[in-house]
Amino acid sequence: MEVDQLQRTFHHYHASLFNEGFLDEQFVQLQQLQDESNPGFVVEVVSLFFEDSERLLNDLSKALDQENVDFRKIDAHVHQLKGSSSSIGAQRVRDACIAFRNFCDERNIEACLKCLQQVRQEYLLVKTKLEALLRLEQQIVAAGGASPM
Amino acid sequence: MGLAAADSQFHVLAVDDSLIDRKLIERLLKTSSYQVTTVDSGSKALEFLGWHEEDERNNSSEETSVSPKTHQESSSLRNIPVVIMSSENVPSRITRCLEEGAEEFFLKPVRLSDVNKLKPHMMRTKCCNKDDDDIQNQKPENLEKQEINGEEIQSVLQLQQQQQQQPSQTNNNTNKRKSMDEGLSPDRTRPRYNGLTVMSN
Repeated sequence: MEVDQLQRTFHHYHASLFNEGFLDEQFVQLQQLQDESNPGFVVEVVSLFFEDSERLLNDLSKALDQENVDFRKIDAHVHQLKGSSSSIGAQRVRDACIAFRNFCDERNIEACLKCLQQVRQEYLLVKTKLEALLRLEQQIVAAGGASPM
Repeated sequence: MGLAAADSQFHVLAVDDSLIDRKLIERLLKTSSYQVTTVDSGSKALEFLGWHEEDERNNSSEETSVSPKTHQESSSLRNIPVVIMSSENVPSRITRCLEEGAEEFFLKPVRLSDVNKLKPHMMRTKCCNKDDDDIQNQKPENLEKQEINGEEIQSVLQLQQQQQQQPSQTNNNTNKRKSMDEGLSPDRTRPRYNGLTVMSN
């Protein structure tokens, strides 16, 4: 049956995201907060994360492009991104942010630029994967199954 | 989950400048049957609780102070338990929060198990809202609730504001749930200086 196949695909994919370190236990906490009375909770929070991250990544780009780089501002942005990625369980993004902040402390522009690239890369990766996961969930529900979240 | 009628009367004011974290804490608290209000700053929290900011000119310097509308509100606000949350585990900061009167510290991201720790603090507040001589005669469920701006706030979750300036910090990245030293005791023998503390760093 189609729903069963989709469910199996979902569970495999879900497990792989944890095994590969893209997501951590906090994402499970998010899932546990979703129920029949709040069926869109995970989608809602993940969408907020996408918006927030894109804004912060843009701000970081601009901040590092300044003639006089304001490292405190950059650190504040990275701190925010670290916080939100941590809150949704995006482990690799969070870890990239932690590394970024260390280079902020050193006021090393080159290193910061590399870190930004790294953070952006991790963000785009997890975004792709979360979108795929949420799409699978949608398909299951559309096919008449219960949300596997 | 079976809920006592009293649960629906607990109201928590949650403060966090991150929208994502506000969503999370709101869901966590609602799942635990608390009434929730979220605000994005300490000053909005104070505003919600009925405090007003006044600008005072003192000689040539400008001072901003907050003052309660009435003395009664001041004493009731002091009884509101405050819990601090932060994504950073800085023992000295945490100690200071606790010494200034915070009930507990939660390391973010906050979990359901943390939210479950709020209840004892709420219950204790109900006992302390009356004058001292009345306490031993009253059972929690018979206590008259104090109204603040038409609503009753049982607890304030104060979050550390976004870091604005701090040149270097050693980031302790261990993800311990309770991040305090063994020497810190949750025992409330220290005097409460202020029921509301806004932590910003």
